[in-house]
Order: sequence, then structure tokens, then C-alpha cells
Amino acid sequence: MEQTILHKASTRFSADHGWLKSAQTFSFHGHYDPERLQFGALRVLNDDTVNGGKGFGEHPHDNMEIISIPLEGTLEHQDSMGNAALIRPGEIQVMSAGTGIYHTEFNKEENEPVSFLQIWLYPNALNVTPRYDQQNFGEKDKHNKFLQILSPDQHDEGVWIYQNAWFHIGDLDKDFEIKYELKSEDNGVYIFVIEGDIEVNGQVLNSRDGYGIWHSPAVSITALSNAKVLLMEVPEKW
Amino acid sequence: MIFKLNSGYISLLILYLKMNKINILVIASHPEILGTILRLINKNELWNGVGAGSAEEGVAAFGSEKFELVLFGVGVDDETGQHLLQTFQSANPSVICIRHFGGGSGLLYSEIQHALTTAK
Repeated sequence: MEQTILHKASTRFSADHGWLKSAQTFSFHGHYDPERLQFGALRVLNDDTVNGGKGFGEHPHDNMEIISIPLEGTLEHQDSMGNAALIRPGEIQVMSAGTGIYHTEFNKEENEPVSFLQIWLYPNALNVTPRYDQQNFGEKDKHNKFLQILSPDQHDEGVWIYQNAWFHIGDLDKDFEIKYELKSEDNGVYIFVIEGDIEVNGQVLNSRDGYGIWHSPAVSITALSNAKVLLMEVPEKW
Repeated sequence: MIFKLNSGYISLLILYLKMNKINILVIASHPEILGTILRLINKNELWNGVGAGSAEEGVAAFGSEKFELVLFGVGVDDETGQHLLQTFQSANPSVICIRHFGGGSGLLYSEIQHALTTAK
């Protein structure tokens, strides 16, 4: 029996630290709502905008799969493993925090904001050796199709993580219809509308809405306008 | 007058809660991350965090004072966590043991709130 959960953009937690504005789908930092804790292994979905020249100073993480997807601007990453990188729209960054990692994330530009999705998944293995990766998918075709940008398999397309999860991203033209078939019957899919309006199994979603579906082998998506969509297939239990 | 009575009552309540802080034991093998978690916990006036750098230190700390909540952090694997859970709950059946993920401020507050709320 299909189960769904709708998270309208306006119902997300809001945090405004001046330099950082964050819209948080699930309980994060000082926010706690027992009804908004996670969607299976998907624990954090933050829609962050950082002012020019500002950013997250050095801070630690452990035992979490942390994915960043820039939407606008340039993010500058440095970590305790010696990685230093710039991440831009069309790229995806992943950190397996494992036994512990320190990192900074700053807006590279002084006068332009950077906006990005910060996504955390519970790992399926504890205390792994920390790792960092980023990939550019900007040139690959995601027009009216879903491009895989993350999987559990290091030999598969996109970055990989310690979780039985798959992420796909697509740019859909108005009125285009597309079907996504889940990889595993133990998984659900969380659909996040980056831009535009879509309809999913009869549910209309607008920009920055989220919609989770369990116990469905596939989802049908119709673009009601030109739209950018992120699909996150994650396990219910891990 | 009513306001004064209410604010006085609230002050007494806060004082009482501060005197009866929720004692939280954190077991994590990464010293800096353990320090960060303890600092974050102790920022909350109603919580008191105590750290242990290993399972052995955690058992020793658990035997020396009463804890309401135990967080299993980085370095505590599933098998060790299960053993600690049995050890702690056999000594104090009401103690809550949860796994902490993330190693920082992101999830800590809601993890603790959720554990304390759902245990009531």
C-alpha cells in the first residue's frame, strides 16, 4: 500500500543567521519536530544560501554521508584530509564522515551569494575511513531524463556513498511525462522540486516542495512547467 | 501582581530544573569531536554532559554517577554498543541509550529531545 508524505516549501524550518539563510525540511540544529525527523535514511535536506565571502568555519562530522549540490555560485571546500576544491552548479560533492572529519565551506565570491542543497544520509556502515569526492555532471544529458548522480556502487555512474541510495536529477520541459522505477523494493523515493511545478502520482508540487513515497515500485512525474527535479531514493530501514 | 507571581514561579521552576540537570554520558573515541559534543550539550542550561573516550571509560563513568541518557558516538561499533546497552540497562533500567550521528550541532539537539520525549 503506497504511503506518501508531503512537505510544502512553506512548512520547512527557517533559520536566518544573517550570513546564512537556511530552509530545513527536517529537524536540524535548534529545531525539533518529532513529525519532521527524517525520510528513512534521508535525515537532512537543507536549502542553504550563504552571503558573499561568508561560510561555515571549521567544524567536525562523523558517521554521516554528507552531500552538497550547488545551485548558484561557487562553494570553496577544505577538509582535514587535505582536500581543497571549488564546487559549482553542475557538480556534486560527497563526504563520508566515518571516524571523523573537519571541514570548512565558504562562499568563494565576495559579492555574490552561493546557494546549495545540503543533504545528510545515515550511513549503512559505522566508523568507516573518511573520504571525499566530487564530480561534474553539468555536461551530461539530463534534459527530459533523469541522470544518476549518486549510487552505492563506486563503479556506477555518479559519486558513491555508504548507503543503499540513488540520486537522480532532471531538467524537464513543460508537459513532459517521465517515469522513475525504484531500484529496490525496500526503498522509498523523496522528490524535491528545485525549480518549477510538477505533478507526481496526482500530487501537484511547486518549487522547493518535497514529496516522499513509500511502497511504490515506480513514480510518474509530469512537468506542469519547465522544472528541475531531484529524486532521492533511500532505504526505509538501514 | 499576577505577572509578578507568574514570573516568580517561572524563576523557581528554572532554578529547580537547573539544579536537576539531565545528566548525559557521551562515549566517543575522537577527542576533538567528543569535546565539541560536550561543549554543545553543556551550552544547554538544563543538560550536563560527561565524556568518555572509550567503552571502558564509559562503563567506569556510568558506575560513578547517575545518567538519564547515554549517547554512543564515533568509535562505538554495533557490537560494543549492544554490550554497553545491556550493561547500562541492567544497572539502571530507566536509562536511555541512543546512537549519536553527525559529530556536531546538526542533529544533536533533536536526537536528545527526541530520546527524552519518547521515553516519557
